[in-house]
Amino acid sequence: MSPLLQVTILFGKLSLLAVGGVNATLPAVAREVVEQRHWMTAHQFSQLFAIAQAVPGPNMLVVALIGQREAGLAGGLIATAATVLPAGVLVLLVSHFWHRFQGARWRQIIQRAMLPISGGLMLSAAYVLVRAADNWWLMASLTATSAFLCLRTSIHPLWLLVAGALAGYLFN
Amino acid sequence: MTPDAPLKLDNRTLFIGFFKIGIVGFGGVLAIARRAMVEQWHWLTQAEFNDLFSLCQFMPGANITNLAFAFGARQGGLRGAACAVVGLLTAPIVIVLSMGALFARFATVPAVGHTVGGMAAAAAGLVAATAFKIAQPGLATLRPAFVTALAFALVILLHVPLIWVLALMLPLSIVLAWRV
Repeated sequence: MSPLLQVTILFGKLSLLAVGGVNATLPAVAREVVEQRHWMTAHQFSQLFAIAQAVPGPNMLVVALIGQREAGLAGGLIATAATVLPAGVLVLLVSHFWHRFQGARWRQIIQRAMLPISGGLMLSAAYVLVRAADNWWLMASLTATSAFLCLRTSIHPLWLLVAGALAGYLFN
Repeated sequence: MTPDAPLKLDNRTLFIGFFKIGIVGFGGVLAIARRAMVEQWHWLTQAEFNDLFSLCQFMPGANITNLAFAFGARQGGLRGAACAVVGLLTAPIVIVLSMGALFARFATVPAVGHTVGGMAAAAAGLVAATAFKIAQPGLATLRPAFVTALAFALVILLHVPLIWVLALMLPLSIVLAWRV
């Protein structure tokens, strides 16, 4: 199968499973591109994720970087389209009657039911990224520091990425 | 202009508006989208934004692109949706793919690898913090905490494919939420 087709299928099938956001699918993406297809190492995966975080725009653009790495410019564009389109079409279909059921009990129940699932999936994504990025103690302490500062202060996330990059450059 | 007149944005305005949101959105496009759409441009009220956002959060996919789809479609149908989404993603894609190409070219230079490695460690910390913020409200009560822990265990410990995790957890979580 051509790389372009593989990229399309991989991200197309995950699009509708991205409950709570695209980051919730990161463990599944990592499993496929790192463990099963060997497109990259776990550490490279975490590096691509960091680049996507550091540029303006939605964080989901890590999928563009993965597609680009495997199938060039077209791969990057196709990966983005495959991630965005199926979910977007579904939103268009549902958006017509979403407003109508604003106060409906079933809508509240489903919304309430999804939150803890999103929580579990996001924690899984964090676990996968932390394992992939922290290959020695300094990296682990960078992770812990940035998580702590993000939770306890209102410092802009971009500064934490800049600080991490500097620390990685200076103390390798 | 009467305050009650239904807003009708043309496709050009949608494209330019979402283009602006996309290009300034560092690490949190949604906050910027809300401020621009509600406070600066008065495209919708806070309540309307909340209702639209609850839909985009509820549906699978990236919240912000879902928002562009839904809002764009309400304003200008399919063309409106396309203009909003393409506007949102054009600049970020050009930038991220340029960075990706640069990184691919220089990744083997040790200093580059170490720098991006340090950034990756910090980025992992950011995701951990966000995950904690999302999971925390549910961890205080037994049933949501159980759902969160089980979802995590299925993904990380048992390596269950995502589709089966959702097929199992959605009905389970709905039943538990029903009986509160």
